[in-house]
Amino acid sequence: MTLKTWTEILAGGLITDAGNSEEYETGSWRSHRPIIDMDRCTHCMICWIYCPDGSILVSDAKVTGIDLTHCKGCGICAHECPRKAISMVEEAVAKEGAQ
Amino acid sequence: MVSQKVKGKPVALDGDRAVAEAIRQMNPDVVAAYPITPQTEIVMRFSEFVANGEVVTEFIPVESEHAAMSACIGASAAGGRAQTATAGAGLAFMWEVLWVASGTRLPIVMHVVNRSLSAPLNIHCDHSDSMGARDAGWIQLYDETVQEAYDNAIQALRIAEHPDIMLPTLHALDGFILGHGVERLELLPDDAVRSFIGIYEPQHPLLDVDHPVTYGPMVLTDYFFEYKRQQAAAMERALEIIPQIGEEYGTFTGRYYGLMEGYRLEDAEFATIALGSTAGTIKTVVDELRDQGVKAGLLKLRCFRPFPATILAEALGDKKAIAVLDRSLSFGAQGGPLFLEVITALFTHGLSPKVLNYAYGLGGRDIVPARIHQVYKDLIEIDREGLTESSIRYLGLRE
Ligand code: SF4
Ligand code: SF4
Repeated sequence: MTLKTWTEILAGGLITDAGNSEEYETGSWRSHRPIIDMDRCTHCMICWIYCPDGSILVSDAKVTGIDLTHCKGCGICAHECPRKAISMVEEAVAKEGAQ
Repeated sequence: MVSQKVKGKPVALDGDRAVAEAIRQMNPDVVAAYPITPQTEIVMRFSEFVANGEVVTEFIPVESEHAAMSACIGASAAGGRAQTATAGAGLAFMWEVLWVASGTRLPIVMHVVNRSLSAPLNIHCDHSDSMGARDAGWIQLYDETVQEAYDNAIQALRIAEHPDIMLPTLHALDGFILGHGVERLELLPDDAVRSFIGIYEPQHPLLDVDHPVTYGPMVLTDYFFEYKRQQAAAMERALEIIPQIGEEYGTFTGRYYGLMEGYRLEDAEFATIALGSTAGTIKTVVDELRDQGVKAGLLKLRCFRPFPATILAEALGDKKAIAVLDRSLSFGAQGGPLFLEVITALFTHGLSPKVLNYAYGLGGRDIVPARIHQVYKDLIEIDREGLTESSIRYLGLRE
């Protein structure tokens, strides 16, 4: 990515491109990955409410997974889930498991 | 814009009340302030205007100066005109958020009534407070008289909001000396002030939900430096624009303002440089010395940030000896803040006249004409005999 010069950027650090934080891959910060046990999940949406990064993927009122591009692995979802359906797995281990 | 001369109303007011009148006439959207001597009278008087319905201002009596500046930042980002007033420790308590205001390029206006910084506890005037904020990215003007406090308060808004500047602006009036000292001044008609300041049209108001904008994001190593360079450039542009606004103000008030004012300076051999009300005392002494045949002059600096180095060097280049009067100390530095700026300006313009630095008036110590006479005597002496003792001196100190 070519960085802009000081004459090419809007003063004061303003961002006029609303929602462009999506372009920032906070997923790279993650050391632990949340894994949902779909057999235990009741789709109560508590994790969706609590996730600070909007990384709980939902479709048709059902939790379908985690947006790994943005999930930074904070573990809040796992902590809040009343069904203990989410476990935090070390990223390296989770990657191996996924392969 | 007002192009015709308007008739001012002569009144007798102290500096605080004159500033309160200016704020009333500017009618900002938000004033957030916390009382502190010797500024209290500004917000006290202004809150009466609010209570009487004379302004539309949302007045926020916050719990601290840190909160006052924070509220102004929020109000300004939202797209409103925001102002505050403070003094001494109050300004020091704002320090962190002063940088947020300037870094976010918010045209907030602040009225500072200069007060020393504790300890020991002292409520009287010196410039330690505003000088402590000199690197915070705010434009800084200094007032000599109550009239100037009123005039600079109004011009500060135009300077801050100028699209090529967009920097918070403060003007400083000497605590008690101007803040509580009653002087004659002329108040402009309300409509003249309103037409001079115009309607503020913010470029990116946070409350414009159709054009969403984020204020204050985190900026890391990749762009932070670039934003700081922009602030430096805005300060450079302000050097051009501040006198233009001062000129425009003069066209309808008859009172023209530049970055500095020379008083019998052009043909002077011995010059002093000062900020604030002390300039008035110096003018009296200059007149007395001129009567005695001494070619004395004064350079009164109105604008300290940005520092008008070039015009200052041009005005001082031919002087035999110069005294810089600093109403604050920069402990461990090679002189006061004003002195260091002047020396740098002279050096970078290839000039090396004899220059003395006087710290004076700390904690409100009176600066009387006899002391200023001493300064000119010293200048004449070093011109004749060269510098025999330190160039850093303390004026009015018991030694
Ligand atoms: S909180 Fe637990 S049970 Fe509720 S939706 Fe999320 S994973 Fe499923
Ligand atoms: S670990 Fe944190 S960021 Fe990731 S989905 Fe759970 S709550 Fe959201």
